[in-house]
Amino acid sequence: MSTPLLEVVDLARHFEGLKAVDGITFSVAAGEVVSIIGPNGSGKTTTLNLVTGTIPGHGGTITLEGERIDHGDTARIAEHGIARTFQNGRVFATLSVADNIEVGIHSTLDATRPFRRLSNLFALRWIPLIAELFVAIVGTPGSRRESAEIESVVATEIHRFEARLGSRRDDPAYSLSYANRRRTEIARALALRPKLLVLDEPTAGMNQSETAEVLAQLLELKAEGQAILLVEHKLDLVMTVSDRIIVMDGGRIIASGTPEAVRTDPAVIEAYLGRRRGAEEGATHD
Amino acid sequence: MFDTLIAGLLRGNVYALGAVGISLVFGVMNVVNFAQFSFFGLGAMLAWLFVAELGWPFWLALPLVLVICGGLGLLINIAVVRPLAKFLPLAAMLSTYAVSQILDNASQIAFTAEFRAFPKVLPTSNFHIGTMRFGTSDLVMLGITAVVMGAMAAFLKYGKTGQAIRATAQDQEAALQMGIPVSLVQHIAFVIASALGGLAGVFIALYVGVANPTSGLNVGMTAFVAATLGGLGSLGGAVIGGFVLGILEAFGIHFFGDSAREIIVFFVLILVLILRPGGFLGKVPLLSTEPLTGTFLGKGRPFTIPRWAWIAAAVVGGILIPVFGDNYLLTTGTQVLIYAVIAAGFTVTAGQAGVLALGQAGPIAIGAYTSALITINLGIPFWVAVPLSGISAAVLTSVLASPIWGVKGHYISIATLGIGTAIVAIIRLVLPQGIYGIPMPSWGDTLLATPVAYYLIDFVALVVTLWVMLRIRRSHLGKVISSVGSDEVAALASGVRVRDYKALAFAISAFFAGIGGSLLAHQYTYIDPTIFTMLMSLLVVTIVIMGGVGLPPGAVIGSVILIGAMELLRFTPELRIVVYGLVLILVVRFRPGGVLVRNA
Repeated sequence: MSTPLLEVVDLARHFEGLKAVDGITFSVAAGEVVSIIGPNGSGKTTTLNLVTGTIPGHGGTITLEGERIDHGDTARIAEHGIARTFQNGRVFATLSVADNIEVGIHSTLDATRPFRRLSNLFALRWIPLIAELFVAIVGTPGSRRESAEIESVVATEIHRFEARLGSRRDDPAYSLSYANRRRTEIARALALRPKLLVLDEPTAGMNQSETAEVLAQLLELKAEGQAILLVEHKLDLVMTVSDRIIVMDGGRIIASGTPEAVRTDPAVIEAYLGRRRGAEEGATHD
Repeated sequence: MFDTLIAGLLRGNVYALGAVGISLVFGVMNVVNFAQFSFFGLGAMLAWLFVAELGWPFWLALPLVLVICGGLGLLINIAVVRPLAKFLPLAAMLSTYAVSQILDNASQIAFTAEFRAFPKVLPTSNFHIGTMRFGTSDLVMLGITAVVMGAMAAFLKYGKTGQAIRATAQDQEAALQMGIPVSLVQHIAFVIASALGGLAGVFIALYVGVANPTSGLNVGMTAFVAATLGGLGSLGGAVIGGFVLGILEAFGIHFFGDSAREIIVFFVLILVLILRPGGFLGKVPLLSTEPLTGTFLGKGRPFTIPRWAWIAAAVVGGILIPVFGDNYLLTTGTQVLIYAVIAAGFTVTAGQAGVLALGQAGPIAIGAYTSALITINLGIPFWVAVPLSGISAAVLTSVLASPIWGVKGHYISIATLGIGTAIVAIIRLVLPQGIYGIPMPSWGDTLLATPVAYYLIDFVALVVTLWVMLRIRRSHLGKVISSVGSDEVAALASGVRVRDYKALAFAISAFFAGIGGSLLAHQYTYIDPTIFTMLMSLLVVTIVIMGGVGLPPGAVIGSVILIGAMELLRFTPELRIVVYGLVLILVVRFRPGGVLVRNA
């Protein structure tokens, strides 16, 4: 079998003694939709934060296409090809919808950012910055060509949410409704052309019809072959869209497998129905 | 050696008092209170007034100073800080910065800037232990501090109000839910902090033997560094930080002389921010839990400036004023243009990258000195010297600032303030005298020494600056820098190297500050370190905030109002600062997006 897209081995993170993520191992294959579910506080979002480098880990390895990415540098992880959204929807409030999406393209640009490879060398980081500044002020043929590409990517991503964002293209993000902010956020993440799209509760705070819309969009992305790592509470959506489901509880993976397998797993039922009742039943069964 | 240690303890004593006040207010309000800085100067001056001028006994004067400072603190909190609670803490911090400038200069207007001899209230060297000398005065100061600190600790630990203060510091929301009168608690904290500031001020005067209205800022900066060293919000940490810094400083001065003081403080600050941003006893905040960066405005739509307005401005500024203006108008106009260059260049840092740098006088000074030195000593022509000054300011400031970009929120503003102060301190150390005879520009053999020629040169400089700034703003780079100011975490997740772009924005602003400094030097033909003051930094910030932090053209309007109008009204320098301060407070409060932005 070829190397999976994302491979997480023995990942751990604690917060002052609380083991939020306690040595978990899982993988996501190319084109696969993997969901993480579990009760509140089970470590789902922490796992996402670790994978995307938003917070540093305390042990374990993360590799993307065989390359280690657990260096804790969020921007570099994005450059490797992981884009994410946040639980509460973080957009650049003062930027327009189009500009929000344009920022998402940042890590794919070359002509606009000459010598960008040097960004990883501490002492030479200023060279690509000065070059980028120079290109921004005077422009080069390459950068003008790339500007046209930027335009087209922005247009594509806005078109994906045409009914909702089409007319809001130039409006500042703070003027958007909550649901539209989350759409803008997804569009921005997709503009990065990610190998892996990481979504943290994309339907949180949404009503039924909005949730259905998100589901339709996720299925569309899945059909396009987009690999997705999803954290989500709405089980119907998870069961419909996922290839595989990982169930977490207390920072550990307690079950994983296809939606059907997970649905009937006794450990999962226990975690979801509540530990105390589960424990009492366990005691009587013993 | 022991003398130095004693000196350190006494200095540390003062810093500890100040730091406790700063930490206390930061704890319960999440605001760095610059106004606190002024109480050091004010406390000293009031004590001087009561004791030296009015001849009152010290034991009456001291409590009176504390009451006055406490009362003023309450007033400031009610009038300035509390109303901004719904904005980001940055807005309140900026306003307290303005308040501190107003207080310092009002006190300077009242007491004049002279250093006043402070009477010896108690003997200062009546004891000997070996070679070590100290006086009753020193023992009393240390004693009072010990008593005050002890009382504070007991009050916070056992008192009902003390508990309320601690609860508020931990979680304001929750405290409010539990029925704690949070605003009353904040008032109390402010009063205590201000009174402590006054006490520290009196002690400085006692210790140094002179009082001066503007001494507050230096002591305040040091006290703030002490509070940071100990961990902002931690009172025990503040005391430790105060004494550690006092002793470090005393030894620094012992070995390197008095001018090393600011430099030592600055390096300690930067070291702490890099190595242990939470200080000795504070907790290092998690990346995403401190949303202090970003612009406090955000909401609101800028007015689009119609084309005819641009043309009208160009005609008035580029043709009417040079043709019909008298020398006075042209000289004033040149000042307006130069500050507009500096401020327009600053918009990318303050507005887009969301870094409210408070020390722009630093790069301006570098630009001015570079230009003066290379034109005089190397004979480099004006036209080459100006861009070189910009580059020199950008490079030197960037190198100094390179360690601070991982730092957040308040800390970054304070760090930039420290950098600005340190740059000027270094210049004062190396070149204490002014530089005379900085050449006016010439073209071929023609000396362009007339006000109209210099006005036109600066007009072109401003047009170029605005063009560059607008190009940057519209480019992909501009959007990326704006994303950094808007949401750092989301920017990182989008592959934006946040630190790098903050540094770049800062370098761009320093470049134009350097250009502005060079233009100023060639206009004045004389420079010395006293030109590049906190006033200058405050002025740049005020211009930019007034015009709308993210908008380069707004900087021109801000400059016309704050430089042009002040000059034409012929306000004295002290009164000007008071006006700048008031303008800043009013704009932050009522037009947070600047005069060009409609409130959302």
